[in-house]
Amino acid sequence: MDRFISKLLFIAACSSIAILALIALFIFKEGVPIIIRSGLGHFLFGRIWSPLEGQFGILPFIIGSLWVTAGALILGVPLGVACAVFLAEFAPARLAAVLKPAIELLAGIPSVVYGFLGVMWLAPIIRVHLGGPGLSILAASCVLAIMILPTIVGVSIDAIHAVPRSYKEGSLALGATEWQTAWRVILPAARSGILAGVILGMGRAVGETMAVIMISGNATQIPHSILDSVRTLTANIAIEMGYAVGDHREALFATGIVLFFFIMALNTVALRVARRRF
Amino acid sequence: MRMDSITCTDLNLFYGDFHALKSVSVSIAPKRITSIIGPSGCGKSTLLRVFNRMNDLIPGVRITGDVSVLGRPLLDEDILKLRRTVGMVFQRPNPFPLNIFENIAYGMRIHGIGNRSQVEETVEKCLTGVGLWEDLKDKLKTGALSLSGEQQQRLCIARALATKPEILLMDEPCSALDPIATAHIEELMQDLRSEYTIVIVTHNMQQAARVSEDCGFMLLGELIEFGKTTQLFTAPRDERTEDYISGRYG
Ligand SMILES: Nc1ncnc2c1ncn2[C@@H]1O[C@H](COP(=O)(O)OP(=O)(O)O)[C@@H](O)[C@H]1O
Ligand SMILES: [Mg+2]
Repeated sequence: MDRFISKLLFIAACSSIAILALIALFIFKEGVPIIIRSGLGHFLFGRIWSPLEGQFGILPFIIGSLWVTAGALILGVPLGVACAVFLAEFAPARLAAVLKPAIELLAGIPSVVYGFLGVMWLAPIIRVHLGGPGLSILAASCVLAIMILPTIVGVSIDAIHAVPRSYKEGSLALGATEWQTAWRVILPAARSGILAGVILGMGRAVGETMAVIMISGNATQIPHSILDSVRTLTANIAIEMGYAVGDHREALFATGIVLFFFIMALNTVALRVARRRF
Repeated sequence: MRMDSITCTDLNLFYGDFHALKSVSVSIAPKRITSIIGPSGCGKSTLLRVFNRMNDLIPGVRITGDVSVLGRPLLDEDILKLRRTVGMVFQRPNPFPLNIFENIAYGMRIHGIGNRSQVEETVEKCLTGVGLWEDLKDKLKTGALSLSGEQQQRLCIARALATKPEILLMDEPCSALDPIATAHIEELMQDLRSEYTIVIVTHNMQQAARVSEDCGFMLLGELIEFGKTTQLFTAPRDERTEDYISGRYG
């Protein structure tokens, strides 16, 4: 019986790997030809995306993804880490018992709801007070920052809880305040775990599609300021896949390949960082 | 009259309903080594942690009685300043996951004392004081967690010395170390005795006999007997002390 179950599990494991491999294979098969035909350099660094004229340069989208993700991290990481430190170290147990699930709940809200809120509420504020079209890098970054908050907070809290109590005692016994202890000892001790959380959040920000389509404006040009409208790699695929044929379709798959490497690189780094010990 | 480093009168401590210290009165003399012995769970650590108010961290702790440290009532002193004057070394070496230099500099940094060269000077002095300078002076930037257990404990002592405390509390500082390292730490304590008041908790009677001048015996939260170490070990006044040192308790 045991051997039967372990065989079953083995088959399950193999088939999930096989499915993954098939997906990768399919994407590559569909996407690689266009990259070869137009040249990797032209594809990655071309500034013009104009499918009707056969121009497939995805540089604007790469830049868009980078900007939006960077913005989300700049806003989300300090907020998330601060939340985690507060919840893990300072909040009274009862408050933490309410706030932690509340933040986790943020992860369960469908992204279309975030996008909707952003369009209805955030974009007009930005348009009126800061200028530009409103649907912009800034708006997308704000929305994504909130969306990655649960990941960063959750993983960071776990990392902080994993810091040995003896560090905290040692610091307090030297006359440090709780804040000094959190800042100078606990955060550095938890930093690899926190970094892993940040990278996971980053993966989520890069991959997020629905909310970003709604809130970023989707212009296919290289942005000049954070108030400009951008299109990200994910948005590009989702927006055009409905009517793309031929080369155009292949170019969208090729965009997927770029995204694939992007996310894979992030996950590899996250694993490396999380495993590193002092 | 000489001023005692620590005095407590009729000290009681409760963890919630549990009466952990029962009417403890004791005077600890300056610039000597005082040991506190007793079976595990009798309240030695609890007593030691009263002196730098580490028990404040535990919810539900209640203390009655008078304690003064260096002539001032314990509760009058600013807690951060108190902990700077009363250093503590723990049972398990607990260097921070920072480099060696930053571990020692930590105390000065948090209290904002000393400019850069003073910090460097103090680090050298403290590491020299605990006998680590020669071995580590070229690796000050390496992580403290890569050191051996003995070196880590020495580092923790040096870290406590860097804030220039007057009193050093040591809670079973050798129980995680091998016998050779233990002997080294005991030697180090002898080197430090002229400058610091040292209170060491240990469940190892031989260690108390070797290192301390004064000794207290605790049992079930009570301080049964306190006096000169030689006297306590050779001619205990209380029967329970005698039972303990002759090995009749665990
Ligand atoms: N945080 C705490 N909460 C409740 N009881 C405690 C706590 N810490 C210690 N005690 C109890 O107080 C008694 C004395 O503990 P401790 O001072 O650690 O003993 P020792 O150091 O002599 O081994 C023990 O019975 C222990 O169970
Ligand atoms: Mg103890």
